[in-house]
Amino acid sequence: MTTTAPAAAGSRPTGSWRGFGRLLRTEAAVWLRDFAAPFFGILFPTVILLGVGFAIPGMRDPITDAPETSVWYGLTPIATYLPTVLAMAVGTASLTVMPVTIATYREKGVLRRLSTTPMRPQGIVVAHLLINAVTTVVGAALALALGQLAFGLAVPEQAGVVAASFVLGMGALFSLGMLVAAIVPRASAGNAVAMSLYFPMLLLAGLWTPGPIMPDLLRQIGQFTPLGAAAQAMTMAWFEQGFPLLQSVVMVAWAAVLLPLAIRLFRWS
Amino acid sequence: MAEPIVEVRNLRKTYGDKVAVDDVSFAVEPGEIFGILGPNGAGKTTTVETLAGLRQADSGAVRVLGIDTQRHAAAVRDHLGVQLQEAALHDKITVGEALRLFASFYADPADPDELMALLDLTGHAGVQFGRLSGGQKQRLSIALALVGNPRIAILDELTTGLDPQARRATWDLVERVRDTGVTILLVTHFMDEAERLCDRLVVIDAGRVVAEGTPAGLVDGLEADRTVVVRFGADDAGRARTVLTDLAARHPDVGHVSDGATPGELVVTGSRRVLFAVVPALAETDLVPDDVRTVARSLEDVFLAVTGRQYDPQAGDAGAVTEGAHP
Repeated sequence: MTTTAPAAAGSRPTGSWRGFGRLLRTEAAVWLRDFAAPFFGILFPTVILLGVGFAIPGMRDPITDAPETSVWYGLTPIATYLPTVLAMAVGTASLTVMPVTIATYREKGVLRRLSTTPMRPQGIVVAHLLINAVTTVVGAALALALGQLAFGLAVPEQAGVVAASFVLGMGALFSLGMLVAAIVPRASAGNAVAMSLYFPMLLLAGLWTPGPIMPDLLRQIGQFTPLGAAAQAMTMAWFEQGFPLLQSVVMVAWAAVLLPLAIRLFRWS
Repeated sequence: MAEPIVEVRNLRKTYGDKVAVDDVSFAVEPGEIFGILGPNGAGKTTTVETLAGLRQADSGAVRVLGIDTQRHAAAVRDHLGVQLQEAALHDKITVGEALRLFASFYADPADPDELMALLDLTGHAGVQFGRLSGGQKQRLSIALALVGNPRIAILDELTTGLDPQARRATWDLVERVRDTGVTILLVTHFMDEAERLCDRLVVIDAGRVVAEGTPAGLVDGLEADRTVVVRFGADDAGRARTVLTDLAARHPDVGHVSDGATPGELVVTGSRRVLFAVVPALAETDLVPDDVRTVARSLEDVFLAVTGRQYDPQAGDAGAVTEGAHP
């Protein structure tokens, strides 16, 4: 029997990214086979927008009971609802879909199995961040397109700021989702934690009290939450002239605190 | 003797107060099937997980291909295939996708199609993991451990949950893989599996190595105790018991007589010449047994000899139903 000289110790002290392209493609293909994840990640915002627009009376009638000088005057309620729905799209993918996927992988030992291969287990986390980020954008674009077709929406006052707020919202909410994904031991726990963050934040973001009819107290509290800040920043940029400075700072702060924490606390098994 | 391909020295690993591995040492040579045998909870899995760099040892040294895997685990990943105890894939990934995915992580992977043929998975290439049978999942798990063309493969409890036919097929497969030049580290709590497959093995109990050697060498090294089982019809059983008990009292080669598992069965232990003493004594008194057999010794007897207790594969499972020891 021949003995071969062992590879030099420490020649590759960390895992590699070899095969990441295939990992991303395979994960995306497998992810799409599930019903729940693609539905909530892609279709849910559109379903909510169209559902609310068609089911609730008066959503498509222009607002005429506000003062004529108000930014809301002449807009349809469903148009003022759109920024909130876009924020919800970010929240759904980042808080409900992604953490549960990662927690399931942890529970089933997929992360652990991967760490026995040359692929870094971080690869699968990054893959799901990308998948969910792309589906969030696709889901939001779909809601925008179908909302425009169905109701005729308002043209944003500051389209660039709306887009920037959307991106900042993704940063804050995916950081929060990643923290949940980092620490929950099982899918069931992941789901419970995600839901207990998701629904209060939707309330504070004005999903049930959009734009003009939002109580001031909710607005005051909501602007400090990642989802509320995203919804308010997009609402302000869509219908007003001012820059949503406070909300932007809030979103950057959440991301700056939560993402390093998530990376630090991440459990592989 | 060849340089060891895997070396474990004085490994110790605790989880809080619980000592999982107390003191384990062994060396694996290239090309062999090396067994780590012991009851559940003995520390086998912790040992190989530490070896694979998945856990941090409290003390001791682990080397794979000469590399300290506690410090440079990533350096051996390309050459070390690991099959973990529990299946670990998304339910919706297909067999072919999983193999091609894992192949893409390695510098010099095996051909997934050839591997599927070797493991009898070709017909299931398009089947999703969640729909595979236990045996098919196990074969896929082995395939994934081999897809990187490893020099060493760790197979942990690979036949647990398989039916007897699937177990034998898996054993054949492990031998075929070894014949391709892969060194195999086989973790098992099945005595028969270790006896059938391993070139050499260590027996681990309560975190310590209690025996080491070839299966045959371990069995041969036992004290020269032999056991003869004789079975009588209901009429003769009582008289035979008296005759044999009397024999045990006066004959140096006969040690002890006890009742067997079925009525009328008597178990006689003694020296290696015990059979020669039992048969003439029965002939003298014209007691004709319905059945006589000598009990083949196995690794279970080795375990009994070194630990002082019957081998119970589920010993470490709290609240588990314990299987009765074989007669």
